[in-house]
Amino acid sequence: MKKTNKKSGILSKIYIALIMVFLYAPIAVLIFYSFNKGKSTVWKGFSLKWYEQLFKDDNIMNALGNTIIIAVLASFFATILGTAAAIGINNFKGKKRVLIQNASNIPIISPDIVMGVSLMLLFTFLGVMFNFEMGFVTVLISHICFCVPFVVLNVMPRIRRMDSSIYGAALDLGCNQWQAFYKVIIHELMPGIFSGLLMSFTYSLDDFIITYFTRGAKFQNLSIEIYSMTHRRISPKINALSALLFLAVLIIMIIINLRERHEEKVKSQKT
Amino acid sequence: MKSRKPSIPYIIWMVIFTMIPIIMIGCTAFTDKNGNFSLEPFANAFFYTGVFMKSLWIALISTAICLLLAYPLAYLITKMRHSTQNTVIMLMMIPMWMNFLLRIYAWVTLLQDNGPIDMLLSMLGIHATYIGNTGAVVLGMVYEYLPFMVLPIYTVMSKIDGGLIEAAQDLGSNSLAVFRKVIFPLSIPGVISGITMVFVPSASTFLVSQYLGGTDDIMIGDIIDKIFWTDQNTGSAISLILMVFIFVFLILMNFFGDEEAIA
Repeated sequence: MKKTNKKSGILSKIYIALIMVFLYAPIAVLIFYSFNKGKSTVWKGFSLKWYEQLFKDDNIMNALGNTIIIAVLASFFATILGTAAAIGINNFKGKKRVLIQNASNIPIISPDIVMGVSLMLLFTFLGVMFNFEMGFVTVLISHICFCVPFVVLNVMPRIRRMDSSIYGAALDLGCNQWQAFYKVIIHELMPGIFSGLLMSFTYSLDDFIITYFTRGAKFQNLSIEIYSMTHRRISPKINALSALLFLAVLIIMIIINLRERHEEKVKSQKT
Repeated sequence: MKSRKPSIPYIIWMVIFTMIPIIMIGCTAFTDKNGNFSLEPFANAFFYTGVFMKSLWIALISTAICLLLAYPLAYLITKMRHSTQNTVIMLMMIPMWMNFLLRIYAWVTLLQDNGPIDMLLSMLGIHATYIGNTGAVVLGMVYEYLPFMVLPIYTVMSKIDGGLIEAAQDLGSNSLAVFRKVIFPLSIPGVISGITMVFVPSASTFLVSQYLGGTDDIMIGDIIDKIFWTDQNTGSAISLILMVFIFVFLILMNFFGDEEAIA
């Protein structure tokens, strides 16, 4: 019995390893070529010149800044709007509630491209009416649109699982309404709020399609910049950019993971 | 805490930025360039039936491959130690944080003529073109969306009460029976949401086929992109058809999911 367990253990490790190779090989190749002196996929020797050129490229640096600003603002507003919405929606009953929840899910389930073109129709229409052009603001609004549903989805189950009497208990113990809300409710919902925020941030960083349709003529974010770079002519600057982005993602993930482990340790020490 | 008021801003937001745009798509799809009622956009849209079918086919195959790869993976992850589980899930997530276009571009680099795969296989005496065909598009889709299949299945599986499995074992089930009667039925909701999360974006995405596919691998998303800038009416009609199709698909999936849960 034990022997078969061991065997299947090895097989499962091989399987997981193969999937990891599949996931990471393309990224490894991208990073590898960022150090190539030459321009094609033929290795011409080690060089850091693409990194140098990357930092000198104002378009890319500007696009990077825009991407981060949009992601921070969109996830911030979406988290507030979504958390409030989830608390409110929870107090609806029956058909109304189902209706609102389904409506809220529309941006998640409808194809990105349809959402992109529909928002473009709206913004062009409003643009003619109120005389504005698509740009930073329309992209931000669009990003909030597809982020909020994720926050609602993450916070909702937490609210349902929460013991509704704790709010009253906090009031009885001398909290005022704001304190009870902040110290008890938000504290209870925090894991859901945090994962909603994280998901929003990720989706906003990654988005290309919706930005593409709502950005107007001038606004550039990283996805748009990469899109135009791969269309113009392929430059290893993209590889250098990928390497740096990957490094950033890796560092963020490791920090998050270490923090979680630290918190778990603190928790287990307390008990 | 019993107030509905906090949801009001979002409800207003939804009406303006979700409902109205969709209604606008509907209206635009049924009008001609001068704003009169017309079915011409749909007549134009039918011209792309072949593309539509091909898109659905590519999405279907990609979803199936994702499911085949992800289901055992999710199951195996739940069998690991808790801390290892978190690490593996984190490793699955990291590539998702990379930009969508960069991930596709990575495959272009890998698969292109004289790229690493071509060079490697040439040394073994195999010469072929690996890019510019439907297979490459499917590969790209699987790469893009595999984590979307793994995560929901893993989440559902890891929540299965260990007591249920023990109970089944105590009642004389072997591991195959435990899987068939306990784990598999309980994992269905995860599978359903995984299928949805992979099928919907892969049926409607654009660019993947432009980067990795050949000329006859153009997908419906690429058509919408191409047409919308010049002919909003036909573009809206195609978008509307796509959306209706996706909604019907989702309703079917939901129906299927519920029935499984009851049985």
